[in-house]
Amino acid sequence: MSEALLELVEVERRFSVSAGLFRGRRALHAVNGVSLALRRGEVLGLVGESGCGKSTLGRMLLGLMPASAGEIRLEGRPLAAFSTRELARRVQPIFQDPYSSLNPRKTVGAIVGLPLAVHGIEADARARRKRVQETMERVGLPPRFFHSYPNQLSGGQRQRVAIARALVMRPEILICDEPTSALDVSVQSQILNLLEDMRREFDLTYLLISHNLAVVEHIATRVAVMYLGRIVEEADTVQLFRAPRHPYTRALLASVLTPEPGLGVPDTHLGVSYPNPLDPPPGCTFHPRCGEAMPVCRERAPAALADVRGRVECHLYDNAVK
Amino acid sequence: MTALLQVEGLRVEIPTPMGRLHAVRGVDLALGAGETLCLVGESGCGKSLTALALMGLLPRAARRSATRFAFAGEDLQRAGERRMADLRGNRLAMIFQEPMTSLNPSWSIGNQLEEGWLRHRGGHRAAARERALHLLERVGITGAAQRLGQYPHELSGGLRQRVMIAMALMCAPALMIADEPTTALDVTVQAQILHLLKELQREFGMGLILITHDLGIVARVADRVAVMYAGEIVEQGPVAQLFARPAHPYTRGLLACIPVPGRLAPGERLGTIPGVVSPPIGTLTGCQFRNRCAEAEDQCATRAFELRGLGGSHRLRCRLGNAI
Repeated sequence: MSEALLELVEVERRFSVSAGLFRGRRALHAVNGVSLALRRGEVLGLVGESGCGKSTLGRMLLGLMPASAGEIRLEGRPLAAFSTRELARRVQPIFQDPYSSLNPRKTVGAIVGLPLAVHGIEADARARRKRVQETMERVGLPPRFFHSYPNQLSGGQRQRVAIARALVMRPEILICDEPTSALDVSVQSQILNLLEDMRREFDLTYLLISHNLAVVEHIATRVAVMYLGRIVEEADTVQLFRAPRHPYTRALLASVLTPEPGLGVPDTHLGVSYPNPLDPPPGCTFHPRCGEAMPVCRERAPAALADVRGRVECHLYDNAVK
Repeated sequence: MTALLQVEGLRVEIPTPMGRLHAVRGVDLALGAGETLCLVGESGCGKSLTALALMGLLPRAARRSATRFAFAGEDLQRAGERRMADLRGNRLAMIFQEPMTSLNPSWSIGNQLEEGWLRHRGGHRAAARERALHLLERVGITGAAQRLGQYPHELSGGLRQRVMIAMALMCAPALMIADEPTTALDVTVQAQILHLLKELQREFGMGLILITHDLGIVARVADRVAVMYAGEIVEQGPVAQLFARPAHPYTRGLLACIPVPGRLAPGERLGTIPGVVSPPIGTLTGCQFRNRCAEAEDQCATRAFELRGLGGSHRLRCRLGNAI
């Protein structure tokens, strides 16, 4: 097992939200005690439904938001000890929507070159331009786009600009938050192939946040499944897809609609509603939607069980409970 | 079987500053009661405008024409706006991708559900409310009675889409058109909504036209598939046949692009379709896919290709047809 490059230890993030008129404010636990390691060179897929806290986790790793409790470490040093610039040089984001994540008033050259200007790298304008053009070429953007504006580009080309902007600083880690969900399928495959090429070429480490399990299966080496602010299962990709353990993971996998005619639409038996994160169910937070819930699940939150197959938080696998 | 919907030569044209956009170019569709047809393609292929044209909901600037447009035995070619308004929300229903933007934020769920019923069936509000309550329960919404008084912003995306479906079902439509109904939703909710749609289709005996870019969805819900590219159907056929023997280079390209768990070895690359869609503007000749096609020849730039049979109802618009 290789070293942890980026590590979360019992990280929590609370938001204070209004519970309604006259009802005051309440704490929403978007991330609730997450311990997770991102190892050098791996692609860690983080999956879960909207509202489970996966994007909040990504934002904390980018240093865009402090943790309310617990610690995030980069190479063993607390994230808080890094300056914003130092962190930005090593960890870069790619966001979902290439329409809103690029400044519409800047040319592609200016967008990709901005990080260099901010960090005072390649102070010489000509050298900076050369580096921008090299990076653009790497991600498959023709040089003629240097003076183009984002609205002149297609969605896939815009996402390439976002990737070039992230790579121009030669970071070690990319936090990719739904990098292909806004794209057409033929463009999605181009971007996924590009991300894979870039990872090999630049020795990158990825955290891939996605709700698309087929995408995660394709490029992630390890997967963490998040539910209501907690990581409920974590395993190598092959292991997780071959033998999912947590009932939630199994339901997620069952929901993947593979292009196989004749199989019909599966019934996930998940029940209708995602619980209100302001008022999480007692015990295991998944129990109201779980087909295998036992009496103990309503009373006690399951402990994390780690073994060779990975980590799972579920009473079904806890011999002490059975 | 008498067809529920028969459309031939459907065209939609929209004037743009760059020239005339041929958004839909001669699309033929036929659908029986209880049948599911999937229109699949990428953004800009004309699938959504095809749906809006069927509903009579095109933007004002767009021009629709067709050589045949029959719905439930009625010729709608010359149907005026008043007749279409009588059909919409009644015999013809549509659900959209974004349940937040297609529900009225300042009306309660109950009022919105009842509106269509009162418009088409008249009578007392109590009957409409009873029907609304029944359908909310049918689409799996708990506490339906309280939901009637709630507003769209109080519901999650999945619940809103269920409300949209209940609304579309109010007058028991013969044909439902669903335009990317699950694209904005989580995978788990997507599976639930599609499962529900298929169940309701059987129950109500509806024809269903489902528009999507997701071939996974197509494989699981369609009886027949039409693949669209640049405003045309380039391949169509029964779902099993089309997935087993995709014939058009575009269909094959699309299938190779999508990641399927367990299909590729670690590190293996996904297939791609090079280039981008060029919008069908101005005078068009030849096959519009030729610039992205690995098998294009000189004749693809000049010849007009018709949809030709490949056996059964599998049809293809490509010079490769005979070779396969």
